Amino acid sequence: MATLNINGKAVTIEGEDDTPLLWAIRDHVGLTGTKYGCGIAQCGACTVHVDGVATRSCVVTVGALGEEQKIVTIEGLGAERPHPVQEAWAELDVAQCGYCQVGMMMASAALLARNPNPSDDEIRAEITNICRCGTYQRVLAGVKLAAARMPNRG
Amino acid sequence: MTKFSRRGFLAGTSVVAGAFTFGFSFPLARAQGIAGSEVTAWVVIQPDEAVIIRIARAEMGQGSLTGLAQLVAEELDCDWDKVRFELVKPGENRRRRRVWRDMATGGSRAIRGSQEYLRQGGATARAMLVRAAAEGWGVDPAQLTVAKGVITDAASGRTTTYGAVAAAAMQVAAPATVTLKDPRDWKIAGRPLKRLDTRDKLDGTLVYGVDLKLPGMLVAVPRACPVHGGKLVSFNADAVRAMPGVRHVLKVDDETVAIVADNFWRAKTALDELPVVWDEGPGAKASSATIAAMLKEGLSAETPFVGNRAGDAMAVLAKATKVIEAEYSYPYQNHAPMEVLAATARWTPERCDVWAPTQVAEAALEAVVAASGLAPEACEVNVMRIGGSFGRRLATDYVTMAVRIARQVPGVPVKMMWTREEDMAQGRFHPVTRCRLRASVGADGTIEALHMRIAGQSIGAYARPEAVAKSGDPAVFQGLNQGGAEGAFGYAVPNLLIDFAMRNPHVRPGYWRGVNLNHNAIYVECFIDELAHAAGADPLAFRRKLLAGSPRHLAVFDAVGQGIGWDKPAATGVHRGIAQIMGFGSYVAAAAEVSVTGGKLRIHRIVAATDPGHVVNPQQVEAQIVGSFVYGLSAALHGECTVRDGRIEQQNFDTYEVMRLDEMPVVEVILKPSGGFWGGVGEPTIAVAAPAVLNAVFAARGKRVRDLPLKNISLGTA
Ligand code: FES
Ligand code: FES
Repeated sequence: MATLNINGKAVTIEGEDDTPLLWAIRDHVGLTGTKYGCGIAQCGACTVHVDGVATRSCVVTVGALGEEQKIVTIEGLGAERPHPVQEAWAELDVAQCGYCQVGMMMASAALLARNPNPSDDEIRAEITNICRCGTYQRVLAGVKLAAARMPNRG
Repeated sequence: MTKFSRRGFLAGTSVVAGAFTFGFSFPLARAQGIAGSEVTAWVVIQPDEAVIIRIARAEMGQGSLTGLAQLVAEELDCDWDKVRFELVKPGENRRRRRVWRDMATGGSRAIRGSQEYLRQGGATARAMLVRAAAEGWGVDPAQLTVAKGVITDAASGRTTTYGAVAAAAMQVAAPATVTLKDPRDWKIAGRPLKRLDTRDKLDGTLVYGVDLKLPGMLVAVPRACPVHGGKLVSFNADAVRAMPGVRHVLKVDDETVAIVADNFWRAKTALDELPVVWDEGPGAKASSATIAAMLKEGLSAETPFVGNRAGDAMAVLAKATKVIEAEYSYPYQNHAPMEVLAATARWTPERCDVWAPTQVAEAALEAVVAASGLAPEACEVNVMRIGGSFGRRLATDYVTMAVRIARQVPGVPVKMMWTREEDMAQGRFHPVTRCRLRASVGADGTIEALHMRIAGQSIGAYARPEAVAKSGDPAVFQGLNQGGAEGAFGYAVPNLLIDFAMRNPHVRPGYWRGVNLNHNAIYVECFIDELAHAAGADPLAFRRKLLAGSPRHLAVFDAVGQGIGWDKPAATGVHRGIAQIMGFGSYVAAAAEVSVTGGKLRIHRIVAATDPGHVVNPQQVEAQIVGSFVYGLSAALHGECTVRDGRIEQQNFDTYEVMRLDEMPVVEVILKPSGGFWGGVGEPTIAVAAPAVLNAVFAARGKRVRDLPLKNISLGTA
């Protein structure tokens, strides 16, 4: 049993402490926007923000987290208004099947928070999520479009 | 309720209080099940002018859902901003005597296989709506015009809308025939419209197969014998029964055990602890080496199965002074869609309902009927959108398993979900093949004779054994045929023999995006490159001469040659390769620019051209073509499923590596629809990705790579 702060709300996880955060979010909290792709930190489909840092939730256990860490999922990212990344994704029709895209957007949003104006090479190096549909070219364009649209740039 | 507005969506300004909706206030769930007037089976119109277009083919990311809707909407002359979609259920299709026809989605056939009757469905609905308006006004329907769902009688100045006349249109007799528009007059089809199915992918609300939740639902995680064809002997349920959340430990079928628990993680955790005894069967002795030997034997075996023949290649080669010979191979690949396999079933003695992503909804329903022991009328499959599939869900194995599990827990909905490891072990793999090519080139720089012997696995022999037992598997010659939509061999070769020796290892094969065209294109296009170099000819000029009689092949080939700037030298250290093929009804070509420095390959740029006859949505076709390079180059660079002790060695993305953003080249797409035919776009381009790059790698290092993936080859000094 652990208490976590997810999307600004305190939630109690009624599971074993070694439950990965991914499964706590999906099955205990019931937010299924965060996806399972590999379970071993390879694909990034499960990316959430922990204190603003893109984190692969499949390899972090709930026992290792506390209420003081702020966890944000896709459901929280655009809760008030769509994040510029989500808007850019819509504008460029980035998603194909969409399954990887939540993780892509969470990773991209975290990158832009840290580096508001990343170069192509930085985006290529930082966004290591897997997309089997092959949307990378539009993901790259999407990050750049979102960067141009981010409020409080520079 | 705010009206759906795509422009509002794009501006990102319209947000409904309390819910993140991107300005869409019309969730799909409400579109589904809301009453409306079904004018034709494809078109339902609601009083608020919403137009719901029924989609019978699977959407797995390829975007055909939007293209299919565009075709209907085009003939309907409705307002595209008011279009939504609804997925057809196979039980309903059965009940209505297949009014939505074939629901299968594979072979890049979604659009080309249904465009005609979909356009007719839209045109028929338009005619009925117009007639209803005309009858209401007491005028001749021929004098009415329609634009964006508004019907106008210019003579009297009256107007009405589809929403207003839809109920009356249901009572109007359908016209016996309709005339379809000339594609040159298209206003909705042919345009780069955005997808209809994006919004819930961006806010995380799309419910994929793995996301489904039903009241009281349990979750099952299965494990099958890791050696295909092996059997489940026993398992010790008592060892895990007391673990948290575990409810049942079940035999699913002769080779599979499953744990049913209250959630996925607990089921998986218990499954990892479950002692299982397998009888691995004869497959357990196989390895990649034994499989390669089996295929090699086929390279020289006698075979009666010929795919393409002209002249007498064997006689000419026997007399030729110089025969160029090479041997290539292609390894097993896993589809590895990002969404693992999942299906949910609820079984009672009276009924079986299934929720499943599937590429073959009707076959899935048949699988449910067979596994449930119930009558077809008592079964239904709720079709879900798919988190990538690439051919994997053309098989229905996982649907059958879900029902077999649910049947043992009557009345309880059970979501069966695989681990990635299970997905890797129990794939339906891209078949393995080898190819020996022998040719002689004349003094004039043309090919005198070519013998191409392919030895390897037939997907059909596994997927449709009766048909293949009777007449062989002609699909193995995809791209190498004398003609036809599945790939005319474009090169003029007076003495040609292409034949196949079937050698089927125990590993289960499947239709993997691009199917047999993938390896066939590598074999032909790399070997033609070898012949060009042997003849001292430029690889582009050499092919152009041989393609002179195949104008559509030549047109896309020339387009990529020009696009990459073949006639101008590449930047220092950058080398080029080129390839073309026909398959899935379309003509495709690619040119690549690569460099190899310090043993490291970098693919800088790709130019791709496609002639699919007609293009329904250019920006989606572009997305398919760009994505094809990710799929094709993932395989060429990294993809390989090896066999040891009968089982697939790679268990996850750490060992089955795929392309990521850092390796993604810039891909430029040239669409050259020449009209007059309908070809597919989801698959053909994958086939030219690998050979274009392999030919460029040869240009860079002067040494051929004939076995994939490239990660196994040291690209150090040439
Ligand atoms: S599921 Fe966590 S990285 Fe793949
Ligand atoms: S959009 Fe399908 S996996 Fe990325």
